[in-house]
Amino acid sequence: MNHLPLIIQREYLNKVKNKSFIIMTILSPVIMIVLIAVVAYLSQLNNNTQRTISVLDESGMLESIFVNTENTTYNVLHNTSLEEAKKTVEKNGEYGLLYIPPVEILDSIAQHVKFYSEDSPSLSLISGLESKLEKKISDLKLLNDGVDLDQIKSSRIGVNIGQESFSGEKTSKIDSVLKLAFGGIAGYLLFMFIIIYGNMIMRSVIEEKTTRIIEIIISSVKPIQLMLGKIIGTSLAGITQFIIWLILGFLLFIIVPPILGIDMSAIQSTQEQAIQQAMQNPGMSTGMQQGLEAFHNLPLTNLIIAFILFFLGGYLLYSSLYAAIGAAVDSETDTQQFLLPILMPLILAVYIGIFTVIEDPHGTVSTVFSFIPLTSPVVMLMRIPFGVPWWQQLISFGLLCGTFIFTVWFAAKIYRVGILMYGKKPSYKELIKWIKY
Amino acid sequence: MSNLLETHQVSKNFGDFTALNQVSIAVPKGSIFGLLGPNGAGKTTLIRIINQITMPDKGSVLLDGETLAPHHIQHIGYLPEERGLYKSMKVGEQALYLAQLKGMSKAEAKVKLKYWFDRLEIGDWWHKKIQELSKGMAQKIQFVVTVLHSPKLLIFDEPFSGFDPINANLIKDEILELKRQGATIIFSTHRMESVEELCDHIALIHKSNKILDGPLNDIKKQFKSNTYEVGIKSGQANLEQELYDKFQAQPASFKTLDNELKLNLKIAEGSSPNELLNFLTTKGEVTHFVELIPSANDIFIQAVKNN
Repeated sequence: MNHLPLIIQREYLNKVKNKSFIIMTILSPVIMIVLIAVVAYLSQLNNNTQRTISVLDESGMLESIFVNTENTTYNVLHNTSLEEAKKTVEKNGEYGLLYIPPVEILDSIAQHVKFYSEDSPSLSLISGLESKLEKKISDLKLLNDGVDLDQIKSSRIGVNIGQESFSGEKTSKIDSVLKLAFGGIAGYLLFMFIIIYGNMIMRSVIEEKTTRIIEIIISSVKPIQLMLGKIIGTSLAGITQFIIWLILGFLLFIIVPPILGIDMSAIQSTQEQAIQQAMQNPGMSTGMQQGLEAFHNLPLTNLIIAFILFFLGGYLLYSSLYAAIGAAVDSETDTQQFLLPILMPLILAVYIGIFTVIEDPHGTVSTVFSFIPLTSPVVMLMRIPFGVPWWQQLISFGLLCGTFIFTVWFAAKIYRVGILMYGKKPSYKELIKWIKY
Repeated sequence: MSNLLETHQVSKNFGDFTALNQVSIAVPKGSIFGLLGPNGAGKTTLIRIINQITMPDKGSVLLDGETLAPHHIQHIGYLPEERGLYKSMKVGEQALYLAQLKGMSKAEAKVKLKYWFDRLEIGDWWHKKIQELSKGMAQKIQFVVTVLHSPKLLIFDEPFSGFDPINANLIKDEILELKRQGATIIFSTHRMESVEELCDHIALIHKSNKILDGPLNDIKKQFKSNTYEVGIKSGQANLEQELYDKFQAQPASFKTLDNELKLNLKIAEGSSPNELLNFLTTKGEVTHFVELIPSANDIFIQAVKNN
């Protein structure tokens, strides 16, 4: 008799109706958005701090650069000594005093500028002042040497190398970034999914052992049906949770900022500025257009199919191992020893994805690890946007499927014996013995 | 076909450990069959093989004359010794789920559950979660789930553990009622008084081997020692000595009103108890004369010791 749909249904409903699952599903995006909003709000608050800085320029050459901005007011002092200036600044509660000594030689100005303040001043403020001074002083030096500044300005040029494959496909840097983002998101999603829902499967197997219901259940169904039902049911619950997160996250992103009174236009305007700047740069003028083109250049059909297949294959492979671990132990505290060998290849895959695939998507390391079944789902998903020959994808997926069937068989063996074993935590040696039962 | 279940030469090894060694049992239709044995003898392994939880290495199992196959699951109801229910699931949902796993339709299961919940007066637990119930209450639900699909063969492993005497009695009556309705029951327990009370047949497993089986009465006949418990009032001073000389005698103790002579007397194989009684009446007034029938407990201990 096939009870798989019934088991899947129970596992799914049991997960979805669970109070902590509901709370997690609703609260997680709310917490995330609120956190982001709070951080944005706080940094905005910080940026709005008004500062007054007094400047005593005894050299008389640099006054012109201290122009008031939105957040900083410069108060240029004249006809006073350093000591008096310090006292006045302290008395008026100003942020600090910038002192430029009376020197004729530009080089020595650079070494003797000082900033006096009550507390140690903010790093960004100091570096801002430094770059202002550096620019002015070097301009002055160039002028002294008789160089025409306009000439220097007009001599600056940006270079943007156009990329094209032998077969004539145009690519660009934006292209690479987009590919990286696609691969990275896919690989990381799989990684997170395995860890979160693999653990959930493991806990649900342990629950059946600790409540001792397992023997009643498997007198009605085959252990492998129960195991597959658990994996599929929990995965469906996981997908439900993910979709709700996506929808909630999207809604909250629209609703929350206005409520908290955060000015999103501020962020937008900075983006616009960046775009405008990019437009002014002749090399980047076609940035938007290139982005769209890059998107069209991605092997989208391949990407979607490969994503579904490798995601499923990788997830099922790991979750059957999680189920086997759950069956082998009595309580969650005993799982550490068995979890480590599973997490290692997973973490390895993510690191290879991040460090090697980005550098050289078709290098030896990336290629080899995109064939090894335990790392292939993550690494291959990261490689595919860069274009992987179909035969490589097929071999890798074939290996993954083969390993998946083997691990399910292996996990089912351990599961079948383990669920009826209580008491002491088994050793690896005992696990191997179980397979022969 | 008079046997509902037969196992033929069933063996099972776990690594180097032999859990069952060529065990054959036959469970007659409509009987209550006691599966007995010390802890670790292999009873649970045998029960799990009958439930197709584990597969035997050698040997075969027949249910109603057919080799055991997956579809037989719906004809078997099993109450394991290690039992529990999903803690966070509601009683009704859980019972429905387990019934459906046994192959019942949802509608059918609902009707039957209502019948059993009313019968055991637990109808108002339907929406409660298992974790809100006491152990005894959860056991009642497990009992209901075991018998719900009206299986031909019921297997109870220590069914009374966790019940107070009133509920244990209730369950015992239900088991007898199920037997009356035609179910065959395999009953595994260490409580010999309930074996005495319920079982028609028994099999005794010790150290992976079956060492004894058959109808309980036959086994008792086999184990009886022709010993009679006797109380006699007599004026004869040397009667005790005379009896010790004539028979294999041992002092006995039982409750009487007077201070009579109390002995266990064993008669020779083939001689009748009437001869003993006739002899005794010539010596004095016989106040007590009972054949000593070995209890299930005695048989268990003796059989296990002899092996």
